[in-house]
Amino acid sequence: MLIAIVVATPVLVVLGSFLAPEADIWQHLADNVLGGLILNTLKLLFCVIPLTAVLGISMGWLTAGCEYPGRRFFSWALVLPFAIPPYVFAFVYLGIFDFSGPVQGVIRDVFPAIGFIDIRNTAGVSLILSLAFYPYVYLMSRSAFLSQGPSTMEAARTLGQSPVGAFFRVALPMARPWVAAGLLLVAMETLADFGAVAIFNYDTFTTAIYKAWFGMFSLNAALQLSSILVVFVLTVLVLEQRFRQRLRFHETGAVSAPDRRLKLTGVSKWLAFTASLTLFLLAFALPCSQLGLWAWNSLNVDALRHLEHALNTLLLGMVTAVVTTAIAIVIAYSKSSNPGPVMRWASRLATLGYALPGTVLAVGVFIPAAWLDNRLLNTLGELTGIKAEIFIQGSLGLLIVAYAIRFMAAGFGSVDSAMQRITPSIVEAARSMGTRGTALLKRIYLPMTRTGVFTAAIFVLVDVMKEMPITLMMRPFNWDTLAVKIFEYTSEGEWELAALPAVGLILTGLLPVLLLTQRSESIK
Amino acid sequence: MNKALLTFILAVFAGGNVASSYADELVVYSARKEYLIKPLFDAYTAKTGIPIKYITGKAGALLERLKAEGSRTPADLFITVDAGNLWKAAEEGVLQPVESATLKANVPTHLHDPENRWFGLSVRARTIVYNKKKVSPSDLSNYTSLGDSKWKGRLLLRTSKKVYNQSLVASLIAEKGEATAEKVVASWIANLPVEPFSSDTKALEAVIAGVGDVTVVNTYYFGRLLKKDPEIPLAIFWPDQGGSGVHMNVSGAGVTRHSKRRDQAVKLLEWLSTAEAQETFASLNLEYPVNSTVKSDPLVASWGEFKGNPMNVARYGKYQAQAIKLMDRVGYK
Repeated sequence: MLIAIVVATPVLVVLGSFLAPEADIWQHLADNVLGGLILNTLKLLFCVIPLTAVLGISMGWLTAGCEYPGRRFFSWALVLPFAIPPYVFAFVYLGIFDFSGPVQGVIRDVFPAIGFIDIRNTAGVSLILSLAFYPYVYLMSRSAFLSQGPSTMEAARTLGQSPVGAFFRVALPMARPWVAAGLLLVAMETLADFGAVAIFNYDTFTTAIYKAWFGMFSLNAALQLSSILVVFVLTVLVLEQRFRQRLRFHETGAVSAPDRRLKLTGVSKWLAFTASLTLFLLAFALPCSQLGLWAWNSLNVDALRHLEHALNTLLLGMVTAVVTTAIAIVIAYSKSSNPGPVMRWASRLATLGYALPGTVLAVGVFIPAAWLDNRLLNTLGELTGIKAEIFIQGSLGLLIVAYAIRFMAAGFGSVDSAMQRITPSIVEAARSMGTRGTALLKRIYLPMTRTGVFTAAIFVLVDVMKEMPITLMMRPFNWDTLAVKIFEYTSEGEWELAALPAVGLILTGLLPVLLLTQRSESIK
Repeated sequence: MNKALLTFILAVFAGGNVASSYADELVVYSARKEYLIKPLFDAYTAKTGIPIKYITGKAGALLERLKAEGSRTPADLFITVDAGNLWKAAEEGVLQPVESATLKANVPTHLHDPENRWFGLSVRARTIVYNKKKVSPSDLSNYTSLGDSKWKGRLLLRTSKKVYNQSLVASLIAEKGEATAEKVVASWIANLPVEPFSSDTKALEAVIAGVGDVTVVNTYYFGRLLKKDPEIPLAIFWPDQGGSGVHMNVSGAGVTRHSKRRDQAVKLLEWLSTAEAQETFASLNLEYPVNSTVKSDPLVASWGEFKGNPMNVARYGKYQAQAIKLMDRVGYK
């Protein structure tokens, strides 16, 4: 409960901004731009969510439940795009496909009649974001399908369902908490994204937030706009949970038997292969080749400094992953052991940080921390006469707290849906044998949710590594990360220089991503 | 075990203040990118022995950080780009006035705060760049005339979300009044063949590709492209030479109100305006030095002399919010 309050503080700071009205800016925004921005944001959501759902679920099912050529390779290769931040996707794709890029150059040479094609539209942005975000759905649904075990599918088959029918009637509905959690992450990422849409000059709701703050110098109006995002996501969360409330997702049979996969044959075998390969090429091979090329061209003596940045990046990611996952377990555990409205709301509030644009969240953390710092030090000064300087601000600790708040949703979703697999009867049985409290957590919950916890940790780890705005604002002196370096170059339009740290970030990110797939494969 | 854990947590949270307690060290918050300032700091440290600690970030976020830290801020100097941001920092009261003969001598009056809370350190000229193969320089005159019908479908612009364009429009408002400025900007928008670009570089590359024929950019973006490929078919045009002159903006710095090492901070600021530092400061990013005794980078000098707008850059900040609203109204994305 206390944790949930701490985690929800920045959200409350954001909501508190309504105490000082900014009527003038609101009037202007409402009259001129807000309608279009909301429309753009909704358009993006309506494209990105179905697209990531189709990509993520189908690939998750193919690699987890079927057998076809290359399955082993794709099962981990399709996770790799997760290591590429959306803003990197955006500048690479713009570099390749924009007016001045090589593709349009060739098209104009060969077919001059075609003219210029502007890819900076809803379709273009949606495609970029979907390529960047589908791994959330893929990883979540894959972990659901893997943990389902063959018994339910077999039961459906014996009842006369075709493989397709069994998938839609049994496997998919059973995976719903996972898929929903994955899609929710995608939705929140889409809402909070600023980097990728800015590179495409595609105006969304976050554009208004930054415009109010950096352009019209009103942080208050920016916070108020952000609170609309928060309310929107809260509504979606509540609705989703309402729909789901009466359903149960426990698994009965043993989770094993890896060779019971559905063997694809004939055309479907090659369709599956082609689809997986296309996605892999578009979402990983193509952007990485372009980045590699740019990085090679811009290789300089400074490159070695990126090793230090990579180390910082990895360290921050790992510490935050441990802290955040631990907190997520505590919240999910208390939620499942005291099911009631209080914990339900607390857990909802705790995951809202994900829907806020990073910089806004950073301010939400910084202002209360600075206040606390000043209070603390004033008291200390009065008591001891020591004139201390700032203490909490600008420390690694505060940065990690901010990360934990931002990425709680990424960790919580996975842990929480894994906990839903634990039947009440198992818990009751354990209780009746005298297992309680932490022992219950240690003996029952943790072992049974191992995959979920592991996925959560990797989600947070990779997300932190890709994170830019919070790091930029709150990092201590001399703690630059790769993402910060990428920002420094991209904000100056120096795409080629940005490629080097971007490649570094992807390589560093691959480590945990590969670990994740290895692990989930060996568990299965 | 608990004791060890507690020590660890304390150590992690205390990270902010441990290193900032040396008396002879300066702390800089900079919105100017690391690769553009580090060589200068290194040179200063080598010369004076004073170590400089810095953190880079976005102007708005750094300003909020300064405000939140209040009197306990470790920062001594705040460096940022764009006069609007400098103006805002002064308005918010995080900077203090500095009376310095050196700075007055080195920085022209219209490039520093009238109340001396900040000083410009490099000048950016926002000018017209055109495709040599398709446009004759005699077709061009000033910013306003880019709205003429002969540029229909030929003008490319960067997004209005970039502060450089906000300052440009702010200066139009300051000069011609809001109604006229709005007409001018609307006429630009009517001439665009495609949506505005996210960066000056993208706009320039699109001119090379032939999407349009003219655009408005800061000269150093043009310079960077030229350095990569001297053969690009682009040239600079200095607009409004018979009128107010080329739109100027600055990057600059001010001493923070709560600096604990004020004298040292002033010395660093003064040094940054001297010939010794100015040459590096400007040429690192192909900008113009504020100090008129210093020569520009040879590439920059090759674009010729021009008349810059003598309006005090501090006025951009005042009109910035108005400029954004105006651009929103006419649909400038």
